[in-house]
Amino acid sequence: MFRPIEGLAARRMVTLRVEGRAVVVPEGQALALALLQAGVESFRETPVSAAPRGPMCLMGVCFDCLVQVDGRPNVQACMVHVRDGMQVQLQRGARRADPTA
Amino acid sequence: MTHDLIVIGAGPAGMSAATTGAALGLKTVLLDEQPRPGGQIYRDVTTADPRLAALLGPDYMRGAALAQALHRCGADVRHDTLVWDVAPDLTVTGLRDGRSFQLRAPQIVAATGAMERASPIPGWTLPGVMSAGAAQIALKCAGAVPAGRIVLAGAGPLLLLVACQLLAAGATVAAVVETAPAGRRLAALRHLPSALAAWPYLAKGMRMLRTVRAAGMPRFKQASALRVVGRLHAEALEFSADGRTQRVEADTVLLHHGVVPNTQLSRLLRLDHVWDDSQLAWHVVTDAHGQTSLPGLRMAGDGIAITGARAAEASGSLAALGAARALGRLDAAAFAARTAPLARALAVERRIRPFLDTLYRPPRDITAPADETIVCRCEEVSAGRVREMARLGCQGPNQTKFFSRCGMGPCQGRVCGGVVTQLLAAELGKPPGAVGAYRVRAPLKPVPMGALAAMADHPGEEHAQ
Repeated sequence: MFRPIEGLAARRMVTLRVEGRAVVVPEGQALALALLQAGVESFRETPVSAAPRGPMCLMGVCFDCLVQVDGRPNVQACMVHVRDGMQVQLQRGARRADPTA
Repeated sequence: MTHDLIVIGAGPAGMSAATTGAALGLKTVLLDEQPRPGGQIYRDVTTADPRLAALLGPDYMRGAALAQALHRCGADVRHDTLVWDVAPDLTVTGLRDGRSFQLRAPQIVAATGAMERASPIPGWTLPGVMSAGAAQIALKCAGAVPAGRIVLAGAGPLLLLVACQLLAAGATVAAVVETAPAGRRLAALRHLPSALAAWPYLAKGMRMLRTVRAAGMPRFKQASALRVVGRLHAEALEFSADGRTQRVEADTVLLHHGVVPNTQLSRLLRLDHVWDDSQLAWHVVTDAHGQTSLPGLRMAGDGIAITGARAAEASGSLAALGAARALGRLDAAAFAARTAPLARALAVERRIRPFLDTLYRPPRDITAPADETIVCRCEEVSAGRVREMARLGCQGPNQTKFFSRCGMGPCQGRVCGGVVTQLLAAELGKPPGAVGAYRVRAPLKPVPMGALAAMADHPGEEHAQ
């Protein structure tokens, strides 16, 4: 859905696991942008109607880019920056509280 | 007290406030949620690829100078820090690296900035529909553009600016759809003499228009009844223009109807606000040095009212000077000498606003969306439902929470608040200022329970989660 423009300086790449799938992205980027460039269009399904949602504002205001990162749910993907080995799960519906977390 | 001055937000206003505060000898700390300074307008300016910087233009690189000055000024700058509460006694609670902490100072400058005005149209919740600002953030942060066909729709200087930047980056802009209704230009002409004082902005606008015209993509004017069509993601934008229904196939729809102050923190603090009818947004009531209705709490920049990035610099410095004066660190003569040129600079920057605000006033489609349109995205409440609630006796936004969960989702009313206020106002026949806004409570964003538990045991110290 997004692609890098050509001719920019190369960045060090890191590997994420998105829904178990290995995805290679430039280090330090916002996760939302990394996912958009990896072709992920829908980040979650809403609790109310299971409607597909993706990022809208990319600046931490809309809360539509919520994903699960390294086991933490409801993380704004636009506000977290990729690290090598980061585990990302997309969210379907509301989260349940986990007292053991 | 841990500091003399706490600055919240590292955009142009916050950077200026912190730099000025530190230069005046105030023990200053700057807190910001992002990993690097710049706010949104100068986002990632400190790591910008030179080719990207050239594409984004010299205005963007101004942020680099501000960031450098911040870096050198000696203020304690803490990034990746979420301010999730500010108490009436000015205790600031932040979360960083999973640890919660509290700071306190007699003077705070909140420079929390702006956000895009919501552009509610049917289909706007589909993946692939974003704000024009989001596309600019993608350029700044990742040097990335939408891969397929892009349609830009709305009214506002950012619409043309982003169109130009996307074109320069090699993206496929399929159409620009302008929603400003007939008569806006005529109405705006009244303010042109005032705007001429800020002629560089007008010149920049003319250059952007020329670029967009030269690119030759279809441009539609006075478009109405916009809707995004698609099943699982955006597939096309449909609208009425030139007397008929138009359809532009697109993978990405970028909407923009101006920016408005982000009032989460100012509402949390129950500061006095007024509804401004020329910007169709809430403004925070402040004096000339950012002092709000809460003593010691100052604001600066677009978080007060939209005046732009250059005005934000002057505004931030004025707030820091006000803080220093209030702390007795600056005598009256020095205060007058230093604030006068900044106040003049701020006044010049403000001259363009009446022209821009009139020219780009959002159309009724956007401020009073059709019944079927979702306005509360989080809880999926439609405009029609909000109108129905008003007819059932709902007097203001806070009551919509009881009637329907409108405003109770994760965004805490950030996106829907302005639209809900205006919808209720129109339905109730009251001015928006009388209808009010969502009451905001801490935490400003969700925080882990562990952060709260540790705070209760050890108030006033840094805590591990």
